Amino acid sequence: MFQDVLGKTFRLLGYTIQYGCIAHCAFEYVGGIVVCSGPSMQPTIQNYDIVVLDNLSRHFYSIQKGDIVIAKSPSDPKSNICKRVIGLEGDKVCTSSPSNFLKSHSYDPFLNINGKSQPSAPRQEIQGSEKPTQKKSRLARPEAARGSQKWSLTDQYTYCYPSNNSVIVLSVLF
Amino acid sequence: MAQARDLGRRYIKAFLKGFFVAVPVTVTFLDRVACVARVEGASMQPSLNPGGGQVSDVVLLNHWSIRNYEVQRGDIVSLVSPRNPEQKIIKRVIALEGDIIKTIGYKKQYVKVPHGHMWVEGDHHGHSFDSNFFGPVSLGLLHARATHILWPPRRWQKLQPVLPPERKPLLTEQE
Repeated sequence: MFQDVLGKTFRLLGYTIQYGCIAHCAFEYVGGIVVCSGPSMQPTIQNYDIVVLDNLSRHFYSIQKGDIVIAKSPSDPKSNICKRVIGLEGDKVCTSSPSNFLKSHSYDPFLNINGKSQPSAPRQEIQGSEKPTQKKSRLARPEAARGSQKWSLTDQYTYCYPSNNSVIVLSVLF
Repeated sequence: MAQARDLGRRYIKAFLKGFFVAVPVTVTFLDRVACVARVEGASMQPSLNPGGGQVSDVVLLNHWSIRNYEVQRGDIVSLVSPRNPEQKIIKRVIALEGDIIKTIGYKKQYVKVPHGHMWVEGDHHGHSFDSNFFGPVSLGLLHARATHILWPPRRWQKLQPVLPPERKPLLTEQE
C-alpha cells in the first residue's frame, strides 16, 4: 500500500521533471508566447498584447535593424523590456530632444581626498527612467556618439515578428 | 521473422523514449544548474591558468547560485563579453551597484557603479579585457559563478571570494 503510493509519487515527479525540461528547452531554443505591458511601444504593441517570440534568430545572432526585441533591462536584470532596434554596431544614431533622453550618470565623488570630500556637480543627468512614456530606449552596441553608458544586448533576448506598421524612427534614449 | 521485426520496433521505441527524456533533461541541467568550462588566457593569473600556455584550468560553473543575480564582491564569475556576445569571459567581481571605486586605466578615475550593474576585473591587471576597458556591466550579462577548479588534479580547490585589499571600494552603499 505504502509502496504503491511511493511508486506513484516518484512517477509523478519523474513526469514533472521531464515535461518541465522539455518546456524549458522549447522556450529557450525555439520560442514562446509572452504578454507585453506598458505604453512605450504604442501603437505597434498595445498594453497587454500577446506576442509570439522567436529564439532561433537570437541563437544565430541574426537580429537586424528594425526588429522588435525583448531584452533584460540593464538596470534591473529580473525584468524585461520590449523595444525596437534602431542601430547596430558601427551605426551612428542621433538623440532627439533633451526631454527624451537618458544618459548615464557619472560624477567624480572626491575632488579633495584629504579629509574634505566634495562631490562635484554631476556632468550629465539621469532623466525619465521612471517615466514609461519617455523610455523608448535603443538596444544596440553602437559607437555611442557621446561616450555614455553602453548597453550591450544581453543574450537573454528574443524577438517577436515586427508588425505591419512602417518602421517608425523612434527617438533614441541613450 | 515477425518476432525480429517486433523486437526491432520495440528497440526503436525504447530508444526514442530514452532520447526524448535524456536530451531535454541534460540540456536543462547544463543550462540551469552547472556546467564545466576550460579557461583560456592569462587575464586571471595567478588565480586561474598560472601555468600559462601549458595546461588550461577547467572550472565548474554554477548557474544555480546566480539565478537571482546575487553575487558577492570577490566572486569569480563568467559573463557574456560586452564586445562579442558569442564569447564568455571570466573575471572577478570587484564592486556592486552603488559602490564607488578607483579605476585602473579607465577614462574616469573614480566611478560609481550604476544600479543593476557590477564592476569586474581580471586578477592580472594590464593583461585583462575587463571593466577598466568597457566600464560597468549589467548584471543581466552574468552567465555563471566559477566555484571549483576541476583540472589539473593537482589544482583541485574551491575558489574563494577573495577581494584584494587594494581593490576594495572606497565607499559602499551599505556604509
